[in-house]
Amino acid sequence: MSPAEQSQRRKSTRNGWLLSAPALTLLFLAASGPLLIVLVYSFLTPGQYGNVVWEFSLDGWVGILFTRDIFDGTTNLADAHLTIFWRSVKLSLMTTALTFALGFPTAWFIATRPPAQRAMWLFLITIPFWTNLLIRTFAINEVIRNEGLMNTVLIGAGLISEPIRIINTDTAVFIGMAYVYLPLMVLPLFAAIDRFDMKLLEAGYDLYASRLQVLRHVILPIVKPGIIAGSILVFVPSLGAYVTPRVLGGGKNMMIGNFIELQFGQGRNWPLGAALSMALLLIVMAALLIYVRASTKGNNPHG
Amino acid sequence: MKCTLTALAFLAATTSLAQAEGVLNLYNWGNYTGPDLLAKFEAETGIKVTVTDYDSNDTALAKIEAGGHGFDLVVPSTNYVPIFVEKGLAVELDLTKLPNHTNIAPEWMDVAWDQGRTHSIPWQWGSIGLSVNTAVYTGDINTSSIFLDVPDELKGKINVVPEMTDVVNLAVMYVGGEPCTEDTEVLKKARDVLLAAKPHWISMDYGATEKLSNNDWAASVNWNGSSMRARLANDTVAHGYPKEGYPIFMDSVMLLADARNVDQAYTFMNFIMEPENAAMISAFARYNNGIAGSDAFMPEDMKAAPEVVTPDEHKAAGTFLPTCSPTAQQYMAAIWTELMK
Repeated sequence: MSPAEQSQRRKSTRNGWLLSAPALTLLFLAASGPLLIVLVYSFLTPGQYGNVVWEFSLDGWVGILFTRDIFDGTTNLADAHLTIFWRSVKLSLMTTALTFALGFPTAWFIATRPPAQRAMWLFLITIPFWTNLLIRTFAINEVIRNEGLMNTVLIGAGLISEPIRIINTDTAVFIGMAYVYLPLMVLPLFAAIDRFDMKLLEAGYDLYASRLQVLRHVILPIVKPGIIAGSILVFVPSLGAYVTPRVLGGGKNMMIGNFIELQFGQGRNWPLGAALSMALLLIVMAALLIYVRASTKGNNPHG
Repeated sequence: MKCTLTALAFLAATTSLAQAEGVLNLYNWGNYTGPDLLAKFEAETGIKVTVTDYDSNDTALAKIEAGGHGFDLVVPSTNYVPIFVEKGLAVELDLTKLPNHTNIAPEWMDVAWDQGRTHSIPWQWGSIGLSVNTAVYTGDINTSSIFLDVPDELKGKINVVPEMTDVVNLAVMYVGGEPCTEDTEVLKKARDVLLAAKPHWISMDYGATEKLSNNDWAASVNWNGSSMRARLANDTVAHGYPKEGYPIFMDSVMLLADARNVDQAYTFMNFIMEPENAAMISAFARYNNGIAGSDAFMPEDMKAAPEVVTPDEHKAAGTFLPTCSPTAQQYMAAIWTELMK
């Protein structure tokens, strides 16, 4: 590399930093600042009526996994908390799987349309974003409730005699989240499939590969970054979902988001709430790390 | 010409007057403040009221304690009034600015949580009980066993409002304890009863008025005013007063220490203690208001409503919730977490 080239590169790096400075400042002040407060609060003592007392304590962090039995004073594994964590992770994984199962054929369909039509199909995918999340969730509620659209139609058609009860169950939360997050799966999948060279398909068939083999050995490895990006985009917000479990789940079975809210409200244990928020953040970061690992491997198959 | 000028001058005068009167920020429970009341207040005083909603006392307390909220008035329940005072979040009222203070009904004047009403004035009061669709369940509805030992007809059809203090204390009274108890034997029994009953509940949610009206739920632990609104929409809904004991609440207006529109806040507080205006509050949310003489202005359908006028045989079971001690609060929170998992 010549000295001229080097100085040119340095200049472009500096300009890059300068250009991104406003965004970085905003990120630091608006994201890291509040996060630091949350981190500090997680190491304090809860106040009598909410808020915190400025005394160092690890109780918030210990309280994530362990709980002192209020009646006999022994410390046990916090069964209630683990149930909530497990429900959140399970529902988020299920949501990711379902959105993939629905999103992959959709994205494939869009990517294989003539270029002039693709914009229209993509535009249709983004339409749900025009409406507020809360309103979309209430709309789902209207469809699946006992006397809602789905049950009325099914009963009217004589297919069932008793309404199918979905509302206020984990299934309702699952359906709601899959509906809400589906576009987040379709868009990155489309981006990946769009770049896919269809000639590779013909090459695969020419080499006597079956349709399934082409899917497994040709398509999936190449669109893998899109699959991972889509899965992350769905999994992360699902894990912290608050509105959907609250509206569709009927509030009976909490997810992590609702559990954190409880600590800042009626639970009056802000440090535990703060520690739970940080724990959620750590889970999300772990998921992102796996993503970065997996996607760099995918882009660089020959080492 | 002269006429037009006068009109213009008058217009200018009134608009500047309206601007000078300013604004007021009211922080109140959701679905609790009637728009017609605010319209009347604005028409009379020129003060524009902005209402922000909350859904629990703890939310309100947390937000106000955090500061920077911009609210002038808040409407906490009985057991939270002393907390707002103790923490210095609400200030003592200057009664000379509230000539209508004498309109407070005698039984609501010297209350345990605010002797002489020097810190809070009545907004509305009511009680928590059970709303039951009598077409679905025909048995006795004046008992907490409706939700703690759910009858077969109501299994999978009953909702419980996620209001920790009310629900845990209903269960405590059901097993024979006192509200805010620290007796672990009683609390353990209450917990067991709640945990055993939970699988039969459909949900733990707010919004009982709508969901009882449209038959999503056949019953709910619910407040009396909400019960009445549900009955008006669906006449098979009736309100039960649990004979094992039920909490009575009063939500009271308090002036915040960091209020910026203090004069407007006094004007508003004085305004709502006018019997006619207090009746407007009740006409919207369907609860009683604690202002003497407001009965005359109440809507006809409330004057004999069994939800609003507690029948004599059920009066004795009602009790005011004291401000629970932090220890009692921790017990309740632990039971609640186990219940909500």
